[in-house]
Amino acid sequence: MSAPLIEMRGITKSFGAVKANEAVDLSVAPGEILGLLGENGAGKTTLMNVLFGAYAPDAGEIMVEGKPVSIHNSADALAAGIGMVHQHFHLAPRLTVLENLLIGIPGRSGRIDRAGGLARLTEISRQYGLSLDPNLPVSALSVGEQQRLEIIKALFRGAKLLILDEPTAVLAPSEVDGLFAALRSMAAQGLGIIFISHKLNEVRALTHRCVVLRHGKVAGLVDHPAQTTSAEMAKLMCGHEIVPPVREASTPGASVLTLDGISTSGHAGTPLRDVSLFVRAGEILGIAGVSGNGQRALADVISGMLPPKTGAMTIAGKIVAQFSPRELQALGLGRIPEDRMTTGLVTNLPLADSMVLPRIGTEAFSRKGLLNPTAIRAFAEEQIKAYDIRCPGPMVRAGALSGGNLQKALLARELAFDPKVLIVSQPTRGLDIGAARFIHEKFLAMRARGCGIIVIGEDLEELLMLSDRIAVMYEGRIAGTLPSADATIARLGLMMTGAGHTEEAA
Amino acid sequence: MFRLEARTSTPAWFNLALPLIAIAVTLVLCSGLIAVAGAGVIEAYGVMLSASLGDSYAITETLVRAAPMIFTGLAVAIAFRAKFWNIGAEGQLLAGAVASCFVGAIPMPGYLAMLLMALVGAAAGALVALVPATLRVKFKVDDVVSSLLLNSVIYYALMALIEGPWKDTFSGYPISPPIEDSANFPVLIEGTRLHLGVFVALIAAPLCWFLIARTTLGFRIRVTGENPEAARYGGINVQRVLISTALLSGALAGLAGVGEVGGVHFQVMSDISPGYGYSGIVVAMLARLNPLGVVPAALFLAAVMTGAEAMSRATGVPAFLSDVIQGTALLSMLVALLFTAYRIRRVGAQT
Ligand SMILES: Nc1ncnc2c1ncn2[C@@H]1O[C@H](COP(=O)(O)OP(=O)(O)OP(=O)(O)O)[C@@H](O)[C@H]1O
Ligand SMILES: [Mg+2]
Repeated sequence: MSAPLIEMRGITKSFGAVKANEAVDLSVAPGEILGLLGENGAGKTTLMNVLFGAYAPDAGEIMVEGKPVSIHNSADALAAGIGMVHQHFHLAPRLTVLENLLIGIPGRSGRIDRAGGLARLTEISRQYGLSLDPNLPVSALSVGEQQRLEIIKALFRGAKLLILDEPTAVLAPSEVDGLFAALRSMAAQGLGIIFISHKLNEVRALTHRCVVLRHGKVAGLVDHPAQTTSAEMAKLMCGHEIVPPVREASTPGASVLTLDGISTSGHAGTPLRDVSLFVRAGEILGIAGVSGNGQRALADVISGMLPPKTGAMTIAGKIVAQFSPRELQALGLGRIPEDRMTTGLVTNLPLADSMVLPRIGTEAFSRKGLLNPTAIRAFAEEQIKAYDIRCPGPMVRAGALSGGNLQKALLARELAFDPKVLIVSQPTRGLDIGAARFIHEKFLAMRARGCGIIVIGEDLEELLMLSDRIAVMYEGRIAGTLPSADATIARLGLMMTGAGHTEEAA
Repeated sequence: MFRLEARTSTPAWFNLALPLIAIAVTLVLCSGLIAVAGAGVIEAYGVMLSASLGDSYAITETLVRAAPMIFTGLAVAIAFRAKFWNIGAEGQLLAGAVASCFVGAIPMPGYLAMLLMALVGAAAGALVALVPATLRVKFKVDDVVSSLLLNSVIYYALMALIEGPWKDTFSGYPISPPIEDSANFPVLIEGTRLHLGVFVALIAAPLCWFLIARTTLGFRIRVTGENPEAARYGGINVQRVLISTALLSGALAGLAGVGEVGGVHFQVMSDISPGYGYSGIVVAMLARLNPLGVVPAALFLAAVMTGAEAMSRATGVPAFLSDVIQGTALLSMLVALLFTAYRIRRVGAQT
């Protein structure tokens, strides 16, 4: 084997009492794609932040091509040939693709070297098959294209090792193939890649070797991911087997949520056009579709954030009069937003505050305008235990939790109140398989108790497993609805491109 | 070499340590100015200290000065918690002063007059604060600019009043007619100016703390300030919270004016407030927007103000030093606040 490109030895990093990394060893050879796996909160992001210079490790050392280096910030990391694509991008939206690449790059005699930059961009594009229009402003790029720009940015600065933290969580399934092709081509040309993902089939398809973290320590290595089953990897990650849940047959009851001819306007993204759908008690309705086809507007209308222009909505037999989050909640609607950081939680306040936020005015948490701090704390503590939310306690800043644990907190705050109808977007995005299974089981249990659930998602396998019926959205309309027994990935895929035919299930 | 590293949590003792450090830094920085003015630093600060806190009379004077800044400090702290950027406490104070002076001049039983002065003064301040809040909620007008500009509008309206209809016909001075003697706030300690309003200000701080920390309105204010999007999603009417916050904030600033009319000046003149509204911003920042911290922060600024005059008489350093200290304290505190989010790490040559 060739000498490692990067080697981390004995890395330890604590946050207060939490040991996020403990004596972690990791190495990447040139041309190698290394998978970094682990449960939510296992310390993957922290380890990569140490490598990229965002955190100083408490102990341990980093070697680049056999030489010890000290990395104190991202500039040091880039100088050492380490590039990172974070889950939240760091781009200047008003500047063009080329200008973003040139930020921070000293030009000749204080002037920006556009021609030189353009030449490099073309070269990189050709070399790895990553094309982007250099003159487009970043605000006009899709999420997938912004990610491509981040990758190009790292290569532009001469990265020999590229770190990607859950890059596929934000991509549509069709975009994933393009990303993988580019990553393979980079590896073939001698770059090292560290790839973090919770989707084990992706990991098996892409990586050459995997390091599995558990509770901050290396729990094991996988030498031939392609020959290893997802179940085996899952067991390494969680320490026990993960059994997929079964959706038992059931007879749905009366409709608990009905949309009738809903159209919207004045919304960022695709508006809804004459959308009618229903979900019955004890039923899960999946909403499939390539993202950007009106799913956002649908979720916003149902959760009361966006009053529709025309059309009516009924919850549990009552017509929705004002589309306000509070009224809908009072009618028995539970909501789990897609974007947990901006719409879900208040990152600077204690976790407990976020967990009681939607119901702060109810008897459970306050009386006559006075808060009940004991009840608030007790509720948060109870949910932390019930949902295994890994955190130091209810008073910790919500922003300090790992992505997966934030998602669990959001689920807990809704499910605790036994909603009659539940609307969720991308429920398991960023969750490890153990946590995802847990959520799936929760949904199925809610269904068994007669809750009607709408799941908006892009992961067709997940939708097929959970849903009784699947509706496909295309350009703001419902392109068709299938009972999931009749739905296949191929058929749904076809409908998602607008080619399918409408078929209404009874 | 040193560098800033993001903090993962802020220790609780920072709330106390940061303002104290900021004040210490301020005093050190300003000692340079005192030296330039040709006075002894120790002597100048010594005079300041004894004139503001040296005997019981001095202490009551400092308290009297602190009262309006406690009110404006609370006004700003509550507004800033909701990220309603109320820079208009000065104008709201003046509105409260004018309104309460108007009421106080009407003959009626003393306790009734005082009660009405407080109510009407608070209402006037609230009304003024409502303007930038409404502009922001309805038309997305920047509240920093609108609330700041409104200060001048109110100030010149007050001038027009005391130069016009209220002008003293005998002396020709631009001052309003005095309020009724019966409406003068009772003095708490004979022979001092320590009036009822000071007591009310000291009570207001824990009440405001209670409001922010223990009521649903306070919860909504905090959440709205930290993340309005999550607040809206959580069923909070963000616009209503902003309006409520503005009304509350304006009312508190209005009460500062009421106290000055009812307890100190008994009438309105052009310099009824030496910038208490702006000092409120310094106070609130020093207090880290915690209503309980507002009291010590206001006392500090009040001591500087009372002390500065005596120092000026004794050492010849211009009393403007008090303004410099205020400004420097604000800047020091803003820098100190950086350390709640970051810490300095020494990065030496590692092996
Ligand atoms: N800035 C921080 N302050 C306090 N604790 C933190 C901080 N960042 C991470 N942690 C804690 O360190 C642990 C590891 O977090 P990390 O984000 O590295 O997990 P992860 O493996 O990336 O998880 P996920 O798959 O959910 O993204 C968690 O327990 C987390 O709560
Ligand atoms: Mg992570």
